[in-house]
Amino acid sequence: MFGKLSLSAIPFDEPIIMGTLLAVCLLGAALLGAITYYRKWRYLWSEWFTSVDHKRIGVMYIILALVMLLRGFADAIMMRAQQAIAASGSAGYLPPHHYDQIFTAHGVIMIFFVATPLILGLMNVIVPLQIGARDVAFPFLNQFSFWLTAVGVVLVMMSMFVGDFAATGWVAYPPLSELGYSPTVGVDYYIWSLQASGLGTLLTGVNLMVTILRMRAPGMNLMKMPVFTWTALITCVLIVAVFPVLTATLAMLAADRYLGMHFFTNEAGGNAMMYINLIWVWGHPEVYILILPCFGAFSEIIPTFSGKPLFGYKSMVYATASIGVLSFFVWLHHFFTMGSGANVNAFFGIMTSIISIPTGVKLFNWLFTMFRGRVRYHSSALWTVGFMVCFAVGGMTGVLLAVPGADFVLHNSLFLVAHFHNVIIGGVVFGSLAAINFWFPKVFGFTLDERWGKVSFWCWQIGFYLAFMPLYVLGFDGMTRRMNHYDNPDWHPWLVVALAGAVVIAMGILSTGIQFFVSIRHRHENRDLTGDPWNARSLEWSTASPAPFYNFATIPTITSLEQHWDNKVHGRAYVKPEHYEPIHMPRNTGDGFIMAAWSLPLCFALVWHIWPLALVSLAAIVVTFIARTYNRDTDYYVPANEVARIENERYARLATVTRISQPSSRHQEAA
Amino acid sequence: MSSTTLPVMHDHASHDTSSMTTLGFWIYLMSDCLIFAVLFATFGVLAGNTADGPAGRDIFNLRYVAGETLLLLLSSFTFGAGMLSAKAGRRNALLVWLAVTLLLGAAFVGMELHEFAALIHDGAGPGVSAFLSAYFTLVGTHGLHVTLGILWLGVMMHQVFHYGVDEVVLRRLNCLSLFWHFLDLVWICVFTFVYLREFL
Repeated sequence: MFGKLSLSAIPFDEPIIMGTLLAVCLLGAALLGAITYYRKWRYLWSEWFTSVDHKRIGVMYIILALVMLLRGFADAIMMRAQQAIAASGSAGYLPPHHYDQIFTAHGVIMIFFVATPLILGLMNVIVPLQIGARDVAFPFLNQFSFWLTAVGVVLVMMSMFVGDFAATGWVAYPPLSELGYSPTVGVDYYIWSLQASGLGTLLTGVNLMVTILRMRAPGMNLMKMPVFTWTALITCVLIVAVFPVLTATLAMLAADRYLGMHFFTNEAGGNAMMYINLIWVWGHPEVYILILPCFGAFSEIIPTFSGKPLFGYKSMVYATASIGVLSFFVWLHHFFTMGSGANVNAFFGIMTSIISIPTGVKLFNWLFTMFRGRVRYHSSALWTVGFMVCFAVGGMTGVLLAVPGADFVLHNSLFLVAHFHNVIIGGVVFGSLAAINFWFPKVFGFTLDERWGKVSFWCWQIGFYLAFMPLYVLGFDGMTRRMNHYDNPDWHPWLVVALAGAVVIAMGILSTGIQFFVSIRHRHENRDLTGDPWNARSLEWSTASPAPFYNFATIPTITSLEQHWDNKVHGRAYVKPEHYEPIHMPRNTGDGFIMAAWSLPLCFALVWHIWPLALVSLAAIVVTFIARTYNRDTDYYVPANEVARIENERYARLATVTRISQPSSRHQEAA
Repeated sequence: MSSTTLPVMHDHASHDTSSMTTLGFWIYLMSDCLIFAVLFATFGVLAGNTADGPAGRDIFNLRYVAGETLLLLLSSFTFGAGMLSAKAGRRNALLVWLAVTLLLGAAFVGMELHEFAALIHDGAGPGVSAFLSAYFTLVGTHGLHVTLGILWLGVMMHQVFHYGVDEVVLRRLNCLSLFWHFLDLVWICVFTFVYLREFL
């Protein structure tokens, strides 16, 4: 009846986990109680859970990612604390099995449930606004995708309290992840949470790709598309090309564990290296999936805060595309030590180094954009400058690791750990925070507090270098990654410095929290009445802030790469149209939510081998979907007078603004 | 393949939903194709790893598989005929063709299940060797797709019956048609690289 599930699955004997469980229960009860007390359930259901609005779905992605950032960071600081304590004979406070789960969960959460939802959220919010569309191509699918990611999150969080999580490292290499060496449900939680969220990511990739290819405003040919949308397009191509590989690979691992097959086992002809090849065929493009939209965000932020058009738009597009192509030819650098021979290693080493060329092109483009510009150091601009320094360092250590000979010394060491944090934090985290500071007013209608934004920036900068530069030293010193304890006293001081860095980063995260709190409290003072608080350049800034649910009252005709800037220069911006037409919009639905909700018991039942529940849940998903295909009332028209009412309010607000940010005469010359 | 023959419908959102759905479905199919690519690659790597178990030559019956292939190819033809009826608006003919397609598909899945059962019965189950794991997974994944296609066919038959051949139904039939022919194509590869290869 309950499969492998019994009360003993709850780790009552682990005080750290039980304490966390207690805290989660109390906070969860408080949250649910507050929602009930303030009678917000109906609002949440009708405005958010059942929403098909790409902006709301994007916001939910980002909230989910920020919540999971706290969890992933809690794991990080626990590891740093463990390694700062567990020197020379001390065992530290985390038993090895728990520690192994923590570093696995940290990696899985940070990649799949922080970085990925941040990117998907940003693309969801920004892409339709940048291309002058009113929603994505398949709004219902978009909702389903988001809630599948949420299901993955719930499964990972649940694994901490019911059973355990994988203790294999974040890519779950076999044979360690096979049943013989990981007999508990940890790897099964890993598999099903990634299958659910991976499917969601794939569907979003398809969705946004069709959106970008088919829903651009008239006149916007591909070379008039803003750079962020370009990077989103390439990212979607990568998603569609590699997430099926992840799905198939994890399915084969599941077949080994559930059906006694021998894909990756030591016995009966299995080949573990096949898994390791396949997982990195997905895994390497995955890091470009994460970084490219951040490159796109920087490419929007720098021109805006430099008051100049982006330097080398075309080379930026080609650089993005070539990074996308090259990302498929480097996967083997993750295991130069496999023994595939000098020639194969040389090929992949050279390909890896070549990627730094288009990346360098981008870096110089950003620098030349700033050169002789009027740079305003808004916090998003600061994050961008911080990124350029940090990413350049990370890129150079990456080129070091790309040399197979050097990699034989440095692989699996803390040098590697320092390298990929250098590029992922420097690139994806800084990029997402820059993007959130930049586009926040477009979604919520008020700007974020600058002071706390800058505090957060400096804490992250200082904290990052304190936390990760010591790891480079430790890597050269021979310290391998994922160590529970060690007996080399020379390493200890560096690890204490790294812990101090993590604490400074914690203050950065706290500052971001305070920044949101302060900004929401002072939202009335920081209203963005014009829709263009930064004197920006691309199309999304031409509509109101917050953008109305239909994005654009009239679909603009695109004549320029920097449409909004051009409109401002030529006095075409903020001109009220003579009349409005009814707007065709998708209707809210609960179906995507319900289907994803059923996939939670499905995955849970699969983890615990509760077959009847799995069958019922699967049937429920299929039936809900089929029933959905009989629903023909999936869209509606917003009447023209309703559009006129909303737009008139906007123009009334605009009239109260004494000074709309306009390009100065000097900028006009530049434009 | 049939996106050009779709009726072009412009609504106020200034994009036509049908061709977007077709494009989206094409992209999805390509991602599905990659799942098969991974399974084929894995089969290619593991095909020699029979681990003292039987090799393909010992267990495959080419005649039987040729029969399966014939059923599936025939079902692609009948689906094609059905789509011609759909575009001509002949509802009853469409329903008959869809029913024949469904029966052929079901017969294919039945034959495959029978083959699997016989193999497992003879001690050549998926747990015996890496080769057999890869074989059962690759062929089984295709079979699972056909099964889903059969379910989809059933639903579409009901929708044709219920709504007639309107724009939405035609759009879905177009997607299903792409899916069905795609599975045929995958099966050609399965037949060639899994079965036929053993006897060359």
